[in-house]
Amino acid sequence: MKSLRKTELAVIGGGPAGLSSAITAMRQGAEVTLIDRDPVLGGQLIKQTHMFFGSKDQFASIRGIDIPSELIKALEEGPGKVKVELGTTVIGYYDDGVILMEKDNRATTLLPQRIIVATGAAEKMLPFPGNDLPGVYGAGAVQTLMNVYGIKPGKRVLMVGAGNIGLIVSYQLLQAGVEVVAIIEAAPHIGGYLVHASKVRRAGVPIYTSCSIKEAFGRESVEGAVICRLDENWQPLPGTEKTLELDVICLAVGLSPLTELLWQAGCKHKYVPELGGYVPVRNEKMQTSIPYIYVAGDAAGVEEASSAMIEGKLAGLFAAASLGYDHDLESLAATYRKELEELRSGEAGSKIRQGLAKLIGGVSVAS
Amino acid sequence: MRIEEHPIISFKRGKIVSFFFNGQEYKGYEGETIAAALHAAGVKVLSRSHKLKRPRGFFCAIGNCSSCLMKVNGVYNVRTCVTPLQEGDVVEMQEGRGEILAQN
Ligand SMILES: Cc1cc2nc3c(=O)[nH]c(=O)nc-3n(C[C@H](O)[C@H](O)[C@H](O)COP(=O)(O)OP(=O)(O)OC[C@H]3O[C@@H](n4cnc5c(N)ncnc54)[C@H](O)[C@@H]3O)c2cc1C
Ligand code: FES
Repeated sequence: MKSLRKTELAVIGGGPAGLSSAITAMRQGAEVTLIDRDPVLGGQLIKQTHMFFGSKDQFASIRGIDIPSELIKALEEGPGKVKVELGTTVIGYYDDGVILMEKDNRATTLLPQRIIVATGAAEKMLPFPGNDLPGVYGAGAVQTLMNVYGIKPGKRVLMVGAGNIGLIVSYQLLQAGVEVVAIIEAAPHIGGYLVHASKVRRAGVPIYTSCSIKEAFGRESVEGAVICRLDENWQPLPGTEKTLELDVICLAVGLSPLTELLWQAGCKHKYVPELGGYVPVRNEKMQTSIPYIYVAGDAAGVEEASSAMIEGKLAGLFAAASLGYDHDLESLAATYRKELEELRSGEAGSKIRQGLAKLIGGVSVAS
Repeated sequence: MRIEEHPIISFKRGKIVSFFFNGQEYKGYEGETIAAALHAAGVKVLSRSHKLKRPRGFFCAIGNCSSCLMKVNGVYNVRTCVTPLQEGDVVEMQEGRGEILAQN
């Protein structure tokens, strides 16, 4: 029998979190294998054409699509070598620590000593009649279609959700020459940054708060939607229905961590709405309840690319340290923790701080 | 439905290839996904649901949700939103679950 392939550290997911993990662990001296199911590295960043929000150290005011190339450069610069496996999906985890992967319809296995799961997040669905019609797309799908393949999702779009993603994707739709009929938001306030909201408003797109989608209709695909106002208890107000003619309904109603592999491995999870739903329980080293599995980025709690990168550094640092590559551990960890703290300070970070207090505060994790 | 002019992005498209959808010939760019090529050609319905035969299109476009399963070159349940288009691909709408054992 062929002997089992081994690696010191397997990083699953090559978005900002996974890339940063791999770079940090490699610089510390660990031997790293980085795996992503996409044909290119970069995760969600490859479709973010807007100037980034975030602190200056974390690439603020450069476009999302320009960040991966800088990380990939660092990855290639060394000093160590990271083995990159693209087009490869991790589909299973066995009790003996072996991971199962699929590439080109073939299964392969790998036995890592440590694993960092940086698989990102998946879009949330919203329940309403007709939500299964073709033409109802997640915001990420609309972005992929427009910004990666240069294809318009349709002619007239209803954006559901006025958080940053809803606002940004609306602006990107306008840039692509697609009409955005309206942005609706169930909450009484716009969730995203006001700079983004003003930009779409100036372009003539109305934003309706306390407003939701009642149903989508159409024969073979979306032909229209009924929207309505909500009362202070988020219940539909009868008589406020409005019918809009459109062919695309874009859902930007949040993301939830993509953690199937961690569930399968038996990691403890906890329901923390502020972090996107069920999130893996982990300590400040980004270590889950299974000591040799670490987590970073949106998979650890939905946040943003800047924090994903620092969490990735922390996970890479501590995973490498547990393998014996621990030089400068304390000072590096202190630097990264300070960066995270700064990023999460202030008004914008308050939700994340509350979520993390629920997740880490008081919860003990096996070590 | 292709974007020809964009203020920020210049699209690098592959070479033009032909493929078949339900027996009819279509054109797309090599390297884009099958679902993207179909969408650009105005095809939104990719499959029909198991019981009620309701139309299904793609939803996530990153291989997470299984809303885009089609029969490609004789193989059922291919996630067309993450499968790159190749010259001569034979793509068919899938009704229901598809046959696993009939694959070639
Ligand atoms: C419209 C929009 C605008 C945004 N704007 C900003 C912004 O301005 N500033 C900011 O800081 N953040 C922004 N973000 C958020 C940011 O993109 C994400 O928070 C960030 O990408 C998370 O990084 P990640 O590495 O955790 O996950 P991802 O970037 O999602 O990467 C996860 C990777 O894992 C891979 N993967 C998943 N499962 C598997 C598996 N089983 N096997 C192999 N590979 C797998 C995926 O292919 C993917 O490449 C925005 C997001 C969106 C959608
Ligand atoms: S559209 Fe979700 S898997 Fe293809």
